[in-house]
Amino acid sequence: MARQPSPARVLTTTVAAWIVGFLIFFPILWMVLTSFKTELEAFSTPPSFLFFHWTTENYAAVQGRSDYVHHAINSIVIAGGSTLIAMLIAIPAAWSMAFAPSPRTRDILLWMLSTKMMPPVGVLVPIYLIYRNFGLLDSRVGLVAVLCLGNLPIVVWMLFTYFKEIPKDILEAARMDGATIGKELVYVLTPMAVPGIASTLLLNFILAWNEAFWTLNLSTSQAAPLTVFIASYSSPEGLFWAKLSAASTLAIAPILVLGWFSQRQLVRGLTFGAVK
Amino acid sequence: MGRITLEGVRKSFASHLIIQGADLDIEDGSFVVFVGPSGCGKTTLLRLIAGLEDVSDGRILIDGANVVGVPPSKRGLSMVFQSYALYPHMSVRGNIAFGLKMAGLPKSEIDRKVEAAAATLNLTPYLDRKPRELSGGQRQRVAIGRAIVREPKAFLFDEPLSNLDAALRVQMRLEVTRLQRQLATTAVYVTHDQVEAMTMADRIVVLNAGRIEQYGSPLELYERPANVFVAGFIGSPRMNFIGNESAKRYGAATIGVRPEHIKASRDGEGWEGVVTDAEHLGSDTFLHVDIAGIGNLTARSIGEIGLSAGDRAHLLPDPAHIHRFDADGKALHA
Repeated sequence: MARQPSPARVLTTTVAAWIVGFLIFFPILWMVLTSFKTELEAFSTPPSFLFFHWTTENYAAVQGRSDYVHHAINSIVIAGGSTLIAMLIAIPAAWSMAFAPSPRTRDILLWMLSTKMMPPVGVLVPIYLIYRNFGLLDSRVGLVAVLCLGNLPIVVWMLFTYFKEIPKDILEAARMDGATIGKELVYVLTPMAVPGIASTLLLNFILAWNEAFWTLNLSTSQAAPLTVFIASYSSPEGLFWAKLSAASTLAIAPILVLGWFSQRQLVRGLTFGAVK
Repeated sequence: MGRITLEGVRKSFASHLIIQGADLDIEDGSFVVFVGPSGCGKTTLLRLIAGLEDVSDGRILIDGANVVGVPPSKRGLSMVFQSYALYPHMSVRGNIAFGLKMAGLPKSEIDRKVEAAAATLNLTPYLDRKPRELSGGQRQRVAIGRAIVREPKAFLFDEPLSNLDAALRVQMRLEVTRLQRQLATTAVYVTHDQVEAMTMADRIVVLNAGRIEQYGSPLELYERPANVFVAGFIGSPRMNFIGNESAKRYGAATIGVRPEHIKASRDGEGWEGVVTDAEHLGSDTFLHVDIAGIGNLTARSIGEIGLSAGDRAHLLPDPAHIHRFDADGKALHA
């Protein structure tokens, strides 16, 4: 048992935590507030914090100019699709790396991670050309594929670390009980790894949802997800802060809600199995 | 039926030879124990039979059919692991039923068999609990239940009792033997504990450095060990080995006498020495006696004989129980 901290200490750490938390949260709060201001109030100096003329006209304008629902559906399809496909590939891959490693497994894992160190812009031109030639530009299929491949290394790594924690004996017991490899995966490994799989799934979904580089470069309207929707509000005619804020608020709202309800899983996912 | 035959089975990991050519015939319905010091390859040999490791060379036959290359799920064997390896996300019922479910049995039959196995092992009240809510002994029983419910050709046990405390271990030892006799199913049991080996086995396989040193009944091993290794491994306290001149008189390079075959007395016949340690167990006394020109010998006497450390003692070996070995450590039989 740790020593009971003194009340003063509890107070200072609590206050400090709230301050840090507020600092981190402030930009998001500011964005949400701005989205309810008029364009004029949005960049007035000094800025008004709460006492301004609240309006929802920006939301109406945003929805009027571009179809939020269309982009939101694209985001869901692209983030969800790429996550699901990545999981379907990564679960068996991580299984074989964790439980039937070959002498090269370690190298493959490191190689996969190394691909994440490469700046994506380095392969933008070849991928763009491939996509153009195959007619994949501005298609959901194309975005699902590129995001799936981009996140696959992280997904495999995360699942590998979780699977490593599962005792080999239990899988062997399943094999002795007559389970084929497929049944072993479905009935024993997956249920045991549910917390790990859930956090990997969530994290990957959020990464795919927020991914802007590929979505901005490979889509324009048809397949464009919410990231493109936000970016469309930074236009050459100048920035419309309030509308941009409204668009951003709309874009992050679903993922914020998802994140709020899955905090515990996410923390587990982000600590990568380091804390049991 | 469950006759297991090993023919020239070898196993190497990288360039390391773990099992160097094992030949063995395990009869249907018998209880065979693999025993040996840690790292001798006994668990590897069991895992080869199970199919959890692939043989590097040789054949493994189950009821006459070669199973090399057959996956563990198709060999019709069941295994009890040292760590129990229960499925943590399933109830006791789910754990026991899993193998039957994999075999595609109808639900009513699964239920009937699970209930029967649970009743045999006194697990009925715990059927709906999760493994984490059970004690070590109960988990062990679930692991055994999972093995018996499938009515396999043979049970494979990998040091199943080593995680239990001493009292429970003795009790479970009896239960496992009784169960095996009742089911009359072949059992292969790995342990490093020679007491478990002696008490449970119909026949014992003594392994050392990947080699089968001897295969025989517990009493055969005790009375006629094939070599110095088996002689030293089986029996507690350990057999005394005497080299040099004293052995030559018996026409051997080394002779061995078990502590229980040495008569110790304060003044009498035999080798004379000084008691260095005396262990008084009440029922027995173990005397460690240092004898000039021979070394330290252990003698076991029934009851209390009134000798303690520092006393002079005489040790007289029973000539009928002197084991003779040649220079290579092989037993010499008259």
